[in-house]
Amino acid sequence: MSKVNKDMHIKNAQAQTKAGLDQNQASAEEKVSTDTKAKRFRSENSWKTVKQLFSYFRNNKKLFFAGIFFVGLSSLTAIALNALLSPLIDSVAGTFNQARFVRTLLFTLGLGVAQAAFMYLGSRFNAVLSQRTVTLIRQDLAAKVLHLPISFFDGHTHGEVMSAFTSDIDTLSQTLDQAVSQLMTSVITFVGTTIMMFILSWKLFLLVLACLAQMFLVTRFIASRSGRYYRERQQQTASLNGFVEEMMTAQKVVKVFNYEDRAIADFEDRAEALRQAATKASSFGVVTWPVMGNLTYVMYALVAMLGSFQVVSGAMTLGNMAAFLQYTRVIARPITQMSQQMNSLLAAIAGAERIFRLLDAEEEVMEGPVRLVRSQDSDHKLYWQVPTQVDIHEDATSIDLSSLKTFTAELDNGKTETTTPYKLLPVMGDLRFHEVDFGYVAGQKVLKDISLYAKPGQKIAFVGSTGAGKTTIIKLINRFYDIHEGQITLDGLDIRDINKFDLRSIISVVLQDVNLFSGTIRENIRYGRLDATDEEVVEAAKAANAHHFISRLAEGYDTELVRGGEGLSQGERQLLSIARTAIADPVIVIMDEATSSVDTRTEMQIAQGMDQLMAGRTTFVIAHRLSTVRDANAIMVLEGGEIVERGNHEELMAQKGRYYNLNLGTEELD
Amino acid sequence: MFKKALPYARPYRLPAILSPLFMIMEVLADILIPLYMAKIVNIGIANQDASFVIQQGCIMIGLALFGAGTGIASSFCGAKAGYGIAYEMRKASYRSIQNYSFNNLDQMSVASLITRLTSDAETVGTVAMMSLRMAIRSPFMLIFALIAAIRINRELALIFAVVIPAIALIILLMFKRAMPLFQKLRKSLDTLNATIQEQLAGIDVIKAFNRQDHAYQQFTDSNNALKAASLEAIMFMVALMPLMVLIINACLIAVLWLGGLKVAEGSLPTGDLIAFITYNTQIMMSLMMLANYIINLTFAKASFDRLQEAIETEPDMEDPADPITTVADGSLSFEGVSFKYPGYKDDILADINLDLAAGQSLGIIGPTGSSKSTLVQLIPRLYDVGQGRILVGGQDVRKYRKKDLRAAIGMVLQKNTLVSGTIRSNMVWGKRDASDDQIIAALKQAQAWEFVSQYEDGLDHKVEQGGSNFSGGQKQRLTIARALLTNPKILILDDSTSAVDMDTDAKLQRAFKEGLDQVTLIMIAQRISSVKNLDKILVLDQGRIEAMGTHEELLEKSEIYKEIYRSQQRGLPA
Repeated sequence: MSKVNKDMHIKNAQAQTKAGLDQNQASAEEKVSTDTKAKRFRSENSWKTVKQLFSYFRNNKKLFFAGIFFVGLSSLTAIALNALLSPLIDSVAGTFNQARFVRTLLFTLGLGVAQAAFMYLGSRFNAVLSQRTVTLIRQDLAAKVLHLPISFFDGHTHGEVMSAFTSDIDTLSQTLDQAVSQLMTSVITFVGTTIMMFILSWKLFLLVLACLAQMFLVTRFIASRSGRYYRERQQQTASLNGFVEEMMTAQKVVKVFNYEDRAIADFEDRAEALRQAATKASSFGVVTWPVMGNLTYVMYALVAMLGSFQVVSGAMTLGNMAAFLQYTRVIARPITQMSQQMNSLLAAIAGAERIFRLLDAEEEVMEGPVRLVRSQDSDHKLYWQVPTQVDIHEDATSIDLSSLKTFTAELDNGKTETTTPYKLLPVMGDLRFHEVDFGYVAGQKVLKDISLYAKPGQKIAFVGSTGAGKTTIIKLINRFYDIHEGQITLDGLDIRDINKFDLRSIISVVLQDVNLFSGTIRENIRYGRLDATDEEVVEAAKAANAHHFISRLAEGYDTELVRGGEGLSQGERQLLSIARTAIADPVIVIMDEATSSVDTRTEMQIAQGMDQLMAGRTTFVIAHRLSTVRDANAIMVLEGGEIVERGNHEELMAQKGRYYNLNLGTEELD
Repeated sequence: MFKKALPYARPYRLPAILSPLFMIMEVLADILIPLYMAKIVNIGIANQDASFVIQQGCIMIGLALFGAGTGIASSFCGAKAGYGIAYEMRKASYRSIQNYSFNNLDQMSVASLITRLTSDAETVGTVAMMSLRMAIRSPFMLIFALIAAIRINRELALIFAVVIPAIALIILLMFKRAMPLFQKLRKSLDTLNATIQEQLAGIDVIKAFNRQDHAYQQFTDSNNALKAASLEAIMFMVALMPLMVLIINACLIAVLWLGGLKVAEGSLPTGDLIAFITYNTQIMMSLMMLANYIINLTFAKASFDRLQEAIETEPDMEDPADPITTVADGSLSFEGVSFKYPGYKDDILADINLDLAAGQSLGIIGPTGSSKSTLVQLIPRLYDVGQGRILVGGQDVRKYRKKDLRAAIGMVLQKNTLVSGTIRSNMVWGKRDASDDQIIAALKQAQAWEFVSQYEDGLDHKVEQGGSNFSGGQKQRLTIARALLTNPKILILDDSTSAVDMDTDAKLQRAFKEGLDQVTLIMIAQRISSVKNLDKILVLDQGRIEAMGTHEELLEKSEIYKEIYRSQQRGLPA
């Protein structure tokens, strides 16, 4: 809709009453602080943003200049077109000069066609440029977002990132599309008209200048008013929208508590506040046009009065007078338009600033000296390729290091180009924590002095109340976060030495919140290993006990999941997530509350599949339900970020400590 | 649409009538001014009559000031009426939604209700204002300017007979062709946004599986599709403006040509030609404005219809004409109850029979999808039974006013929600005039006081949207406290302790047992330990009662119960 509008808007001054415009205007004003210091700082920032933006035109320089060129030409022809009015009228008024009349008319025709043609070319080049640019920016944004560290999202909501992709880009593309060329048109029109008027009659022009100064003050007054009210409207809109969002989500609870009347009263307070703010903002938003339009008429009348004396006295021809009056009608419009366009330009720059700030955010570092390689013989075993300068901790691995050979030749799998000496260390899945401390925020430790080991194929369980730090431990293993103190080793290697892609490719996580993607069920399972065959997908689904419900669906494995698998129950989604993990064939499996939404009976049914998934792999399990963790080799009881008890189920039950109480708490009732 | 909007305009009828009136006056001024302009040129200058020029000039200035005044008045009235109408519609839909039954709420998704109350209402306000101003301005401008042009010179005005239909046709044709292009564009945009949203939501998974390149490729595909769609639509639209300019210029040249000849032969005064050119511009402008308005109106109609639908949806559950006003006690029975959601083929609850005396407790246990939640939602009449009946306090629930029935029943939904505010502002949902002591007592009973009392600001502690600053277990305990504050005769907990650790769960149950012996307690749970001490336990399987009895009885007779029990006891020392 906006695109349709915009094109209709270009010359249609009165049509610009649409909310979109005063919106831009006010939000731009919001950015312009009254504090001069802040202003200067901002304008420096804006300049940087504009430069950054221009760097996106790099590959389309020709388009950019072509656009400007034709837009400029088109405005010039428009001025020339008005200028032709004077000789034309002069040629017919008084004695009729046919040759001059026809010549001028033909000239007018030529310019009229040329104006349309220039305009078309200019807007076309601009449109292509703006589309290419925003596509490029979007592409860069996506690449950036996908490579930001997880910690970035702790400080920034998804909404914030989304709005960079949606509203900020939208404003930017509209501005690139329209405002730039319109602003240029306005400037050219204003300057050109000014010059023409000055040439026609500098006396009359002084009068016009005096009027324009007055009009400029009026515009400023209205703009500052509408800006203030618009900010208020923004606030009220945000407040009402937030309220509606929350209450609609809680609507069923409202009914249960008979809370309707209060909900209505609260809503109406907010709606009324918004109505008042919106009314004021809009009143001042649209009033510009009648005020400026009619002030132009006043100016027109003044010019006519003074002008007619000039004509009467013979200081000016009737034709010049007509042309001057025509310019008088035109000259105020660029002023009004420029003030509007400047505002939308500022809004776009503010949006671009947010975009570039996101683009400037630091990416997650994935590199590491230790790479993963697969042997070329028939069993395709996995090895860590460890450059000799990287330490291998002898006491933190389950293999005999003295048996390792050192290679210097290049591996012929093409994956690596190293010529430095390296060792090949078989991937076992031996994971150890050595006195690890960690906090998301400096100074606030979430984990304290965690030491533990999981030998290849062992199952380690974490239990403890909410907020004890279980999920955090797991995020450290695949390096979603890096630790500050202590060390985590995998097969004797500090995990910070391992290339992150390689590290994560041998670890599979079934996360607490299941995230599926739109696409078929088959595609979602295959997400674990992109080159898996259809048979392997079915195998994995069977292992996770998901095959049963999938085959009951009408489309089976080809069922399209919409919006992250909305149609499936939480339990079914978890089964798919387990299947996705199974197909990845990981060395280490991590399950974070993987079965919390499956009832215990179903859980038992999938336990077998899970056992199969976990067999031979190092496994970490987090669970609220103790039945899930009983058969673990070791159970860690976490409390306030510390391991307070450890041991297997029998040992911990015998200890009659925290675990015993957690497990048997309900028994005390009897 | 306009007729339907009328009732909402009633409170604002004065500005709603004045705004168009002022607008017409402004248009009149706009139209008259060029006439005086022509007089100045034709008479004043021709006769070298300075006083006439000043006189006419003053009239012009007067008219312009009149135009500015009426223009301002029209803007203010239009804004008042336009946003007033939006406010009334918003209010009406919200009130209507408050009366929706659960069924209604299920059918219209939460997201769509939010859109209606926010952006749809906003659009309606903007377009209502446009309708009072632009929609008045352009046709009047068009007509007045035409009349003025015809009065100046009938023959010259014939040009418009050709040009106006031509422009209308072009706009119509372009609009028709552009619509599908813009729909396609809209769709590509939605796809792209959905892709980003999904990737953001699943960023953990993308990283854990090293699927950054895969995700990037997906994004690139939708981005390219969007670029193609945008270019296609825009390439088409960029032609519109130049085409208009071409027609306007052609029209101008025609006027100049024919008018110029008339001036030359003396049948048209020069001033009239200048005025005619002005009207030419005004006619063209108003045509474009009209087209713009129509486009906006088309888009706004969808918003208007959505709001109207929300308002007109009738709640599908009525109170009886002659209701019983008090619920005698907390006794409860189900008599041959069956139920299915609209659009479902089979009953999802069938043949449910059940009797509970006031003060008794019932546990409900069963596999995922066995309709446990549905069963308890029938009690406060959140849904109506298909067959059979439910008695509360000895009376069919359909004989009470919903309000009175629900006031007697405290319920914690599985998807319990806290709203932003303070702990106190959330608690008063249960009891409007609850004192701090009452709130604290309820919090204590729900085992929530232990963490609430830790806050320096206690009951004034801030609750973020959706209660996001509390852990799952804390949220559950707070919502239980809220339900306890209603001082219910029946208390229903739908899997409300699943995130509470076993320790606290045990304390909760002790508190229920001691403090709520007069209250009929119904509790859905996953853990056997949560229900094993209740008076009765109901095992639900695929919408039917598989077995009912005490813990010991069920261990004897219910296969499902035994299996669940075993799964939760696995490995425990005997």
